Amino acid sequence: MASASLITPLVRPEFEHATVEAGQIGEVERPLSTWERLTNIEWVRKAAILITLAVIWEAYARYVSNELTFPTLVQTMQALWDSTVSGPLLERTFTSLKVLLTGYALGLFIAAVFTTIAVSTRIGTDLLSTLTAMFNPLPAIALLPLALLWFGLGTPSLVFVIVHSVLWAVALNTHTGFLAVSETQRMAGMNYGLRGVRYVLKILIPAAFPSILAGLKIGWAFAWRTLIAAELVFGVSSRSGGLGWFIFENRNQLETANVFAGLTAVIIIGLVVESVVFRTIEMHTVRKWGMQR
Amino acid sequence: MTVAHAVDGLLKPDTSAHSPLLSVKDVTLQYKTREHIVTATFRVSFDVFQADRFVLLGPSGCGKSSLLKGVAGFMAPVEGSMQLNGQTIDRPGPDRMMVFQEFDQLMPWKTVQQNVMFPMLASGRCTRKEAQERALRFIDKVNLTKFRDVYPHMLSGGMKQRVAIARAMAMEPDILLMDEPFAALDALTRRKMQEELLQLWGDTRFTMLFVTHSIEEAIIVGSRILVLSPHPGRVKAELNAHQFSHAEQGRPEFGALTQRIHNMLFAERIEEEALAKAGAAHG
Repeated sequence: MASASLITPLVRPEFEHATVEAGQIGEVERPLSTWERLTNIEWVRKAAILITLAVIWEAYARYVSNELTFPTLVQTMQALWDSTVSGPLLERTFTSLKVLLTGYALGLFIAAVFTTIAVSTRIGTDLLSTLTAMFNPLPAIALLPLALLWFGLGTPSLVFVIVHSVLWAVALNTHTGFLAVSETQRMAGMNYGLRGVRYVLKILIPAAFPSILAGLKIGWAFAWRTLIAAELVFGVSSRSGGLGWFIFENRNQLETANVFAGLTAVIIIGLVVESVVFRTIEMHTVRKWGMQR
Repeated sequence: MTVAHAVDGLLKPDTSAHSPLLSVKDVTLQYKTREHIVTATFRVSFDVFQADRFVLLGPSGCGKSSLLKGVAGFMAPVEGSMQLNGQTIDRPGPDRMMVFQEFDQLMPWKTVQQNVMFPMLASGRCTRKEAQERALRFIDKVNLTKFRDVYPHMLSGGMKQRVAIARAMAMEPDILLMDEPFAALDALTRRKMQEELLQLWGDTRFTMLFVTHSIEEAIIVGSRILVLSPHPGRVKAELNAHQFSHAEQGRPEFGALTQRIHNMLFAERIEEEALAKAGAAHG
């Protein structure tokens, strides 16, 4: 019983021997099987998800079998094709995209100005955080009546609400990213004699790029949502309507397949921008730099 | 006794003839936390001469890193003066390149070569071609030629520190500031890096100000050691250590110097402990 309280470790003999030849181990490396390789490709996995969703859609629509409330995938694709080739969908999409890009670019520019002021002065930081706290929760659509009053019917009003929806999200993300840049990188940058705008461009922006990119994506999504919603409500008034107006028009005429086609167009553009534009930027920046997995 | 002779021999080139490269006089450094003003160092003075491997040694809280930040220009002294080549230091600049302890000092968006070239281009010191040439030369010096097109996230900690050293040395600064550059490395890598640093010094004879809390590292890396006491940092001693490198580590002289510094740094604690004991006994 007494020996249980204090155990003396067993002293074992020492040994030393030559390591086994690597050749004897057999497979040290083995190529992956075709299936393993295929499932390692991201777009293959994503395509599989899309195909599954499409099958579910088609099956459900056939089961419901009501063209007015839930057209099938085939009908939707047919409508999409028709309205693209012979209908106004392409033109409507271009109108929307033009307004969208104008608003997005303007929003980004103002956000850049705000965050530059915010990083360089303390009062600027306070200004940005106060304004963001005030306006970020305010839905852009709620500003539309006011915008119409100020800028009249048409593109300027739409651009105004898009700027509002982009600006705060992007500014908030960028500023948060700047604040998170490590002290060491800041000191290294100052050590090289970088100051002012050059310091922001060469150190802060690349170092905060993951946050900035997230802000750009959120801003893009917000801009889309705001635009489509604004067009749905007030698109009637602008001379050449956008995608939202296309959806609204077709709903009024009970062309449900066309409504679905319009929504699909919104989704497709969203997917393309996400998987082509943002993904390309990501691959060539944050992923290559190992700042993001 | 051979060591003593060596000391005499090496000290002979009279340092009084030329003026110090870096001169720190009665410098008091303070920094603000949310609630306090903390005095990091109190009236610290030392001189660094050309090709010195000057080490600031002390326990944590002795203000050695603050001193280095002061010399780098990130922190202005509240009292005293710091001069480099006779000019008062008032801002960070590329004439004093700093190597930090943290691995994230490399810019993750630049490859090894771009990282080494970055300060040369950012400071406008070199043309692109010149910068490239110098970068390749120094990347070769730290044995990273194979990795020059790799991004920092793919390198090990020791390799990152080598890049940082190459980046700083390629600038050929007046003085190299090193803030515990090997502290975050494992023991084997650290030893290797110390050897490489000494080899580089042997090649180019740069001047460096090196901060460490390891007595052993101070003796091996340093040629002269400034021993600082903590809370706030004050100068305790300035010692010579140029005669020691890894090879002498087993020698009794090495052990004696280690012990001497150890006693200096921990004498206070021993006294404090004794006082505490005495107090407890009386109480």
